[in-house]
Order: sequence, then C-alpha cells, then structure tokens
Amino acid sequence: MGNRRHFAVIVLVAALAVAGTTWRRAVAATPGAPPPVAPDSLMDTGLYEPGRPGVVDPRNRPFSPQYPLWTDGAAKARWIYLPPGTTIDTTDVHEWDLPVGTKLWKEFGFGGRRVETRFIWRATRGQWVFATYVWNAEGSAAVKAPDDGLPGAAEIAPGKFHNIPSVDQCRACHVSDRTQVLGFNALQLSTDRDPNAIHGEPLQPGMTTLKTLNEDGLLQPARPELVVNPPRIAARSAEERAVLGYLAGNCGACHNRKSELAPLGLFWKHGEVAAAGAETVRSMLGHGTKWQVPGVPEGESVLVDPANPQDSALLRRMKSRFPSSQMPPLGTVVRDQEALDSVARWIASQRDTSR
Amino acid sequence: MMTSRMVLGASFIALAAAFVPAAAKVTASSEPATAYTPSVEHGAYMVKTKGCHDCHTPWVMGPKGPAPDMTRALTGHPADLKMPAPPELPPGPWVWVAAGTNTAFAGPWGVSFTANLTPDKETGLGDWTEEMFIKTMRTGLHQGKGRPVLPPMPWSVYGQLTDNDLKDLFAYLQSLEPVHNRVPAPIDPSEARQ
Repeated sequence: MGNRRHFAVIVLVAALAVAGTTWRRAVAATPGAPPPVAPDSLMDTGLYEPGRPGVVDPRNRPFSPQYPLWTDGAAKARWIYLPPGTTIDTTDVHEWDLPVGTKLWKEFGFGGRRVETRFIWRATRGQWVFATYVWNAEGSAAVKAPDDGLPGAAEIAPGKFHNIPSVDQCRACHVSDRTQVLGFNALQLSTDRDPNAIHGEPLQPGMTTLKTLNEDGLLQPARPELVVNPPRIAARSAEERAVLGYLAGNCGACHNRKSELAPLGLFWKHGEVAAAGAETVRSMLGHGTKWQVPGVPEGESVLVDPANPQDSALLRRMKSRFPSSQMPPLGTVVRDQEALDSVARWIASQRDTSR
Repeated sequence: MMTSRMVLGASFIALAAAFVPAAAKVTASSEPATAYTPSVEHGAYMVKTKGCHDCHTPWVMGPKGPAPDMTRALTGHPADLKMPAPPELPPGPWVWVAAGTNTAFAGPWGVSFTANLTPDKETGLGDWTEEMFIKTMRTGLHQGKGRPVLPPMPWSVYGQLTDNDLKDLFAYLQSLEPVHNRVPAPIDPSEARQ
C-alpha cells in the first residue's frame, strides 16, 4: 500500500514537474535556444484580425498616454495585447512589470499616410523583441525594417526626413529594470488627464485607462486607490503641470535615477515627477550644466535660468536640431515650437519664485 | 528506506524547483549573460589595428610627414590647441576640413573634437562603464544615451564588432595611464563661425 502511495505521489509530482519545466521554458529564455525574432510582416504580429489586414484585433487594447512623446507632429495610434489570464504586476505603483507575451504596437503617420508601426514583444521573461515595420506607399502592407534602421523613411517638412531608428537606438531609451515600455504606466494612463498636456490627444471611447485596467482585473495587486485618487503631477500652476508632464514623456526615459545619466542630476521619470513635482522644479533652477550655453561665460551655464530664459540650457537644447546639441537626441528633426513656447513661459514665471 | 514524508518532501522540493522561474539565469537585456574576462592584450591589438590612433592621438608634422605623437597617445584633441573659426568652403565637393592634428573637424554638423580615451575621471573615460562604451558603439549616442557621436567617428563600423571585442577594447583603454586633457565640447554650425 505504502509503496503504491509513494509511486502515485512520485508520478503526480513528475507530471507537475514536467508542466513546470514547460512553463519555465515559456517564461524564460532557454540557454542556447535561438533568440525570439519578430515576424517579417506586421500582419503576422497579431495586430490585425487574421485575414483582415487593417482591422485591429479586438483583443488589442487601444491606449493613449496623456503626455505623448514629440515625434515631429506624427499622428500616432497605440495598442497593447495582454495574454489571456495574465495580469500586470503593479507591486511598484510606477514601474509596472508586464506579463510575458505582452505585445505593443505604435503606429506613426505623416501627412495622412501611415509610415511605420513599431512593435515591442515580451517574448520571455528576460527577452524583449523590438522591430519596426515600414508601410508601403499604398498603405496595404508593412514589412520589417532593417535592424540598423532606415533613414529618410518619409519627408515630413521641406528637406526634413523622418528616420526609423535602429533596434539598438530603440533600446537606448526603452530600457529599465522592470519594463521596457515607456508610455504605459500609472501617470500616463491616469483618468485625471491633463487638459493642458502639450500635444495631448483626446481619449477616445474604448481606450484603456487605469480605470478600465482596474475594472478588468488586470492589475495585480489591484489598485483601486489609483482610480479614486488618480496620479497627477503636483504643480503650482496648470502650465507647470503640463511642462513637467512634457519632460516626463520626452526626457524621463533617460534622465532618471536609474539611468547611466543619473550623475547629471536630472530626475524626470513619470513616477518621480508625479510624486515630487515641486522638488523636480527646485532641482532645475540654477542647476549647472557641463554643456556650455553659447554666449554664457564658461562654467556659468545653467539648466533653467529664470532671469534669462533664452540662456537656459534646457531651452537651447530643446530648440536645437543640430546633432551636437539637440535634445532629445533621437526621433525628431523638427523643433517642437508649442513646447518651446510653453517651457519659455514657464521658465520666465520662475523669476518670482527663484528670488 | 524512504518514508512517506521523505518522499513527499523530496518530491515537493523537486516540484518547487521546476516552477522557479528561470529568470534569474537571464539578464534584463535581450541576450543571455555570458561570463567573459576581457583581454587587455587583445584590446591593445584592436586599438593598434582599428585606427583609434588616427584621430584620438594628435598628429604632428615630422621630417617624414605627419605621424601620431605617441607621447599624447589617445588623449584626444589637445585642450591647449584653441582652434580658430573654420574656413568657409565654397560650394563644391570640398565639404569638410580637418586640423593638422587630425583631432578637430568642421563640416555641416559643426565642429567636432576627438575624445580623450584615457581613463581620466574628469576628462576621459574614467567614469564610463563597459556597458556605456558598448552601447555608444552600437547606438552612435554618447554614453549610449546622450547626443549623437559626431562625424567623422565611424561608430557604426566599430558597432559591428562583437561584444567581447568591444570589452577587450574598453579594458585596454581603461588600463592606460589617465591623462587630464579636457577636450572642447562640439560646436553647432550656427556658432562655429562666430
């Protein structure tokens, strides 16, 4: 009897162990296995319904970050796919851990024409796959761009061209310890949406927000407090809120405490800006920069100079589209005038507070 | 002789092990971690043969023509060499110019100066990490995240090297004697002729 029981237990455990090993293989890279590769065609990534190119699969949820990244005025659309039965680990309120199998797509259009669709896929626990698909002129098909990128994908202004970045360049910004996705987090999906967000996009019916994620039970642990008190940047004015949101959306991926650029002392990641907007502002005023503002005596350049807003390194670098000085360094060839105006006004408004 | 408890205990340990995510074996990057001890010797060979001295060591005119000044090896554009505004080139095939040291270049991108590759903390690669160095070569961005690396640095050529080659290269550079030489910041085209 005892031996039979032992045998049954061993068989059961062995079966479960096999299942466990299979599960492990599914969530983690198998040493020596070839790395997962994105399909050659966008149509094979799962964005569209099978056999119906252009018709987005309803399992892919549209979303719109409230503080979008400036990409030279591109029209954008975004979707996320979460595998059935999975949840987003929100143990860290601001640094979400997306489940294995998550896919995201971001479509870029210029002049009413789809130009590229970027794709991020968490293939295994440690492996994120990046690819970009270039649309043909007819808008009927999109094929994978070379990993080295594709310069001159579309003319967006006279003599100015949209460049598709290389995979390595994508990874320059899309990297952190928990997720490699930038625009899908508590602040960006907050239902307390900033009406003054620079280039803010209207929330369309059916779009995913913090509220819908909570309602659908997709956050683990559930975060009802983020629905009752949605994340919002603590700022002293509407303009300051919008400016800090812009910095979070456009600069925070690189300028944060965990980045190689942390020694620069600029901490603009979404979670930090949301939690400590006033501190963020204080840290910017008179903050010395290694980058020399032209015309300012050597060693006296500062990030934000309320007395002379146009001598602020922040503004100069946002304004520049020369490779030696432009910020952000990637993804834009046309300056963002609306943001420049807003940031200049905000810097000037700091005169009183900085005295 | 195994007791029921022992069987159960051993079985559940095996079961737990089966379900422990293998993530710990995988780095956060897209590639599995590999243990590699960089070779300074191979890095030195790479530096000698891949043309690093061509631009990062100032050249001087000698009796046999221009040659690298190895007393300033890999220290980049000399801080004490103040460059005048670059000459304005007429329209035509002459598009960019170089200093005689081969450490300063002017073209449509502005003026660029070659970097100090010695491990000086303030002016060289002393505060760089191996990861930053590799990312710079792969992305063409300063420290893998900052401003673009400017012409004529052929970063995309070096970006084709293997991780281990780049690790060797970096290890060799970090083994050099640090030299304090603050290379000027690049100059935008709009500022270059002022």
